[in-house]
Amino acid sequence: MGFKKLTSTAVPLPIENIDTDQIIPARFLKATTREGFGDNLFRDWRYDNADQPKADFVLNDDTYTGEILVAGKNFGCGSSREHAAWAIKDYGFAVVVSSFFADIFKGNSLNNGLLPVQVTDEFLQELFKTIEQDPKAKITVDLEAEQIINEQTGNSEQFEINAYKKMCLIKGYDDIDYILSGKEEIEAFEAKRVTF
Amino acid sequence: MAGKTLFEKVWESHVVSKKPEYPEVLYIDRHYIHEVTSPQAFDGLRRRGLPVLRPEQTTATADHNVPTLNQHLPIQEPLSRFQVQKLRENCEEFGVELYDLGHEKQGIVHVIGPDLGLTQPGMTMVCGDSHTSTHGAFGSIAFGIGTSQVEQVLATQCLLQYRPKTMRIEVNGTLAKGVTAKDIILYVISQLSAAGGTGYFVEFAGTAIKSLSMEARMTICNMSIEMGARGGMIAPDETTFEYLKGREFAPKGEAWDQAVAYWKTLPSDPDASYDRVEVFQAEDIEPWITYGTNPGMGMGVSQTIPEVAVNGTAKDMVKALDYMGLDPQQPLKGKKIDYVFIGSCTNSRIEDLRAVADFVQGKKKADGVTVWIVPGSKGVEAQAKEEGLDKVFTEAGFELRQPGCSACLGMNEDKVPAGKYCVSTSNRNFEGRQGPGARTFLVSPLMAAAAAVTGEISDIRELI
Ligand code: SF4
Repeated sequence: MGFKKLTSTAVPLPIENIDTDQIIPARFLKATTREGFGDNLFRDWRYDNADQPKADFVLNDDTYTGEILVAGKNFGCGSSREHAAWAIKDYGFAVVVSSFFADIFKGNSLNNGLLPVQVTDEFLQELFKTIEQDPKAKITVDLEAEQIINEQTGNSEQFEINAYKKMCLIKGYDDIDYILSGKEEIEAFEAKRVTF
Repeated sequence: MAGKTLFEKVWESHVVSKKPEYPEVLYIDRHYIHEVTSPQAFDGLRRRGLPVLRPEQTTATADHNVPTLNQHLPIQEPLSRFQVQKLRENCEEFGVELYDLGHEKQGIVHVIGPDLGLTQPGMTMVCGDSHTSTHGAFGSIAFGIGTSQVEQVLATQCLLQYRPKTMRIEVNGTLAKGVTAKDIILYVISQLSAAGGTGYFVEFAGTAIKSLSMEARMTICNMSIEMGARGGMIAPDETTFEYLKGREFAPKGEAWDQAVAYWKTLPSDPDASYDRVEVFQAEDIEPWITYGTNPGMGMGVSQTIPEVAVNGTAKDMVKALDYMGLDPQQPLKGKKIDYVFIGSCTNSRIEDLRAVADFVQGKKKADGVTVWIVPGSKGVEAQAKEEGLDKVFTEAGFELRQPGCSACLGMNEDKVPAGKYCVSTSNRNFEGRQGPGARTFLVSPLMAAAAAVTGEISDIRELI
């Protein structure tokens, strides 16, 4: 369940300012559950008006696979819909790498077990170049060490993550699991709680 | 040791656990839920195989998209019917008390909580709705949460939170005749801007606040989030205790005395400090009205529309006035209007209805104006009938509807048509809030009543 370290090939999406409307278009927000959003991830980039896959979009290209999505700067801007994080995760990505993330998207991702890794522009450009030259090139994301490594070039960078969120990802917890792991504390609190 | 603020006292008494760099685990005393933001939360519980941890601390009602006519009939609109039906099933399955459509306790969640005495000083309370801040009027920490957090509270009766900063907003002095709580809060928001309170939890204080009734205090706290604040609160005092005493879920007998003794310890200590303090004077406040598309774009009814709003940009202003069909430097007084909406969790309580009835008594609405008056709850509706207010409204040509959120957000049939002007006692004048293309002026119930009778934006002070 938990996430400590991942080495994987990556899917490149070298577009800047990808907003949540592109990630999951508004018309897919009506569901009353959280499952199945991966089918509609990047829906309008992936499929044409006749619902046929567009061959030139990277998710429809077998050359690129892996659990890491590498995207251009300012990823996840626009509406605060949590569905964007659900869709990426549900599709099968565990990590998104970019040189900048919209704040709310970052929070939503961390709350849903999706790790946003923020790197410098130079590092990001190098990743794009590496993947372009060799689609099977590997990237390692080491959460414990807060480090990302381009295995092809050996270059690496540190990234930052809130201590609480790090613990959640490593243990495979979400907020509810975390709170319930302290259930005795809740019961102890209730026992001395002031009520009238 | 430095004294503590009201906020700090209530917060600290609810911390279950706290570790460095981790959010605090905050215990939640009362959780309100409604049909729109709860289905995914219940679905999440089912997926995890978890029960509602403390169903007796959870109260549900149907309010956001219920019809306000013929509530005894099945709901016509399919999405609304589906959501209300889901709420019923979920409450049944998880053992949560539901005040369903037609139930004598049904109503807007922020109206029924206080009315039933469920909302009490010193509590922590949350609901999947931003105007949960209303309950802060009792000296409780109350704020809105998202659906994932609704699930969190259902499952654990706790919420993970980082502590916000504190701000004290003081309003001192005496309000002029015709100036009310709604005018105070609209004035404060237009001084600080719609984002001016971001990151803060606000305590309202000062002599003008202290002299307000409980229901007027709720109007103030209700709109605290319209300046971006996390929530608003007011220290409990005799007015609070007087209001609560004898209400259905308020403590009784000996427990009441103990409760009051505890509640009296809650007000901020004289030497407590805040991250920020703002002070205003009641005498500077006149009946207030918004001209733009966020609650911070407001002005005195005697003034003219400014070139640019406080903390706003010229571009925002052009866009807002374009939407509203207005111009800078234009006065609003005398502007013809089409609709009047008296309702919403800001102003649909019995005092609001009484104030409107008192002014409208013996008068008629202007020709060509549609007036909707929507009580906040079944309780308010019954009380209004008992006092004969319903007759005053119908004689004046107002449409008295059944309880719900109604035209506050136009999720049901009560929508203002595109391009039409609506004078409204609700809390948001965003583009399309009251219906696609609808143009909203936010005001107090008295100002709304004045507009209903004259058919134009009027200064209530000239009519009373
Ligand atoms: S009345 Fe309006 S603001 Fe209040 S809870 Fe209903 S929709 Fe929200």
